[in-house]
Amino acid sequence: MIQVVLPAHLRTLAHVDQDVSLELDGPVTLRAVLDALESRYPMLRGTIRDHLTLQRRPFLRFFACQEDISHESPDKPLPESVAAGKEPLMIIGAIAGG
Amino acid sequence: MSRVRVLVGTHKGAFILSSDGKRENWEISGPHFAGWEIYHLKGSAADPNRIYASQTSGWFGQIIQRSSDGGQTWETPGGEPMPTGGLPSPPSNKFAYDTSAETGKPLTTHQWYDGTQHPWEFKRVWHIEPSLHDPDTAYAGVEDAAIFRTMDGGKSWHELPGLRGHGTGPKWQPGAGGMCLHTIVLDPSNRKRMFIAISAAGAFRTDDGGSTWKPINRGLRSQYIPDPDAEVGHCVHHVAMSPKKPGVLYMQKHWDVMRSDNAGDEWREVSGNLPTDFGFVIDIHAHEPETIYVVPIKSDSEHFPIDGKLRVYRSRSGGNEWEPLTKGLPQSDCYVNVLRDAMAVDTLDSCGVYFGTTGGQVYASRDSGDNWAPIAGNLPAVFSVEVQTLP
Repeated sequence: MIQVVLPAHLRTLAHVDQDVSLELDGPVTLRAVLDALESRYPMLRGTIRDHLTLQRRPFLRFFACQEDISHESPDKPLPESVAAGKEPLMIIGAIAGG
Repeated sequence: MSRVRVLVGTHKGAFILSSDGKRENWEISGPHFAGWEIYHLKGSAADPNRIYASQTSGWFGQIIQRSSDGGQTWETPGGEPMPTGGLPSPPSNKFAYDTSAETGKPLTTHQWYDGTQHPWEFKRVWHIEPSLHDPDTAYAGVEDAAIFRTMDGGKSWHELPGLRGHGTGPKWQPGAGGMCLHTIVLDPSNRKRMFIAISAAGAFRTDDGGSTWKPINRGLRSQYIPDPDAEVGHCVHHVAMSPKKPGVLYMQKHWDVMRSDNAGDEWREVSGNLPTDFGFVIDIHAHEPETIYVVPIKSDSEHFPIDGKLRVYRSRSGGNEWEPLTKGLPQSDCYVNVLRDAMAVDTLDSCGVYFGTTGGQVYASRDSGDNWAPIAGNLPAVFSVEVQTLP
């Protein structure tokens, strides 16, 4: 099970209290995780990636194993420990004012 | 006894203020969608329990919320997982400009602040106007300026591209708040007629249900536009129309309060004796279509009342002659603003008037503006106020 940490506002929007667990078939990539996340929580579509371009929204970043992977290819396999569910994929909102 | 529900959109969430018809005691529920910007929420005239809300965030983009029980519970329309798995289509918060060859218009550029051309980009929904007849139909005014419509209760939104594709788009430019379509007025006497306003493009009217639009800005004068007869480019702040007198429109422009007696074909200034004719809101008494309200703001560079005195001005003659309404409003050291969608009226026999401030107060008058009292005092900055009069 892949573990995903969401920003507080997106947890509220998705009606979840804590980290999200997702089951994936196939390679564990950022794109695959986000596809699975949006499939299970459709209200999150457009909040993390742009609807049309599927590009990351500018004030969000992705972290895995303390590494910023925001600018890496979404089709690159995520670290083994994330794929194994030992470490979460973290979706972080930029600190840019209140 | 009748009830009143006041829907308040703020910088950090939505609030619903409820009272019986006496309007003496108010209950406040909220914040709904705490921490998000709620540009606007409005109930359906066809089903008052149906309320739509525009929830936005610079981080997470646009969300549409919908209530079917008068604001007690909310849902993102179409937000439930698809029974077959896979991604839902179409999502309720997708506002894609229609550029298709069949029904759309090419995505042009618009004028930027420095006069150069700039790409058209969706940013947020400023205003949602539910249909007068069908609770599942509503219109959304968005930034960058365009109008969208849902006919399935907010699950999907489709642009009415004739407005954006009017041909004058490259001359439209953003106001200080962005290039927003902020006003949508539906004509209760003509289902195919609708008015919209854009900062800073001006006002437009459709007479065919939204397929085609014409600019209705003749008579407007804007000092920042060299051409005194410019068809577009005017910074219209808000437009109001009384359902009792369709065709008579009132406008608070950047500067100037204007009136049209022919559905916008011609405008004339009715600022009269106002101490300043800059402002954002304008609204009309529920039963007296010649009684109008504005809140004069000092200037475009000083967005607060003159001399720190918060005064609503009322005209009982359709403009030109104005009287200050001050009883119950702060008359010293008040430096708040009242934004364009932050005034509304109820339809009780003694018309109630309501407005919200950027200081987080919501003021109400139970007697057409003669006396005022705060019904909420410490909310986040108020973006919008709408009122529902319930049986």
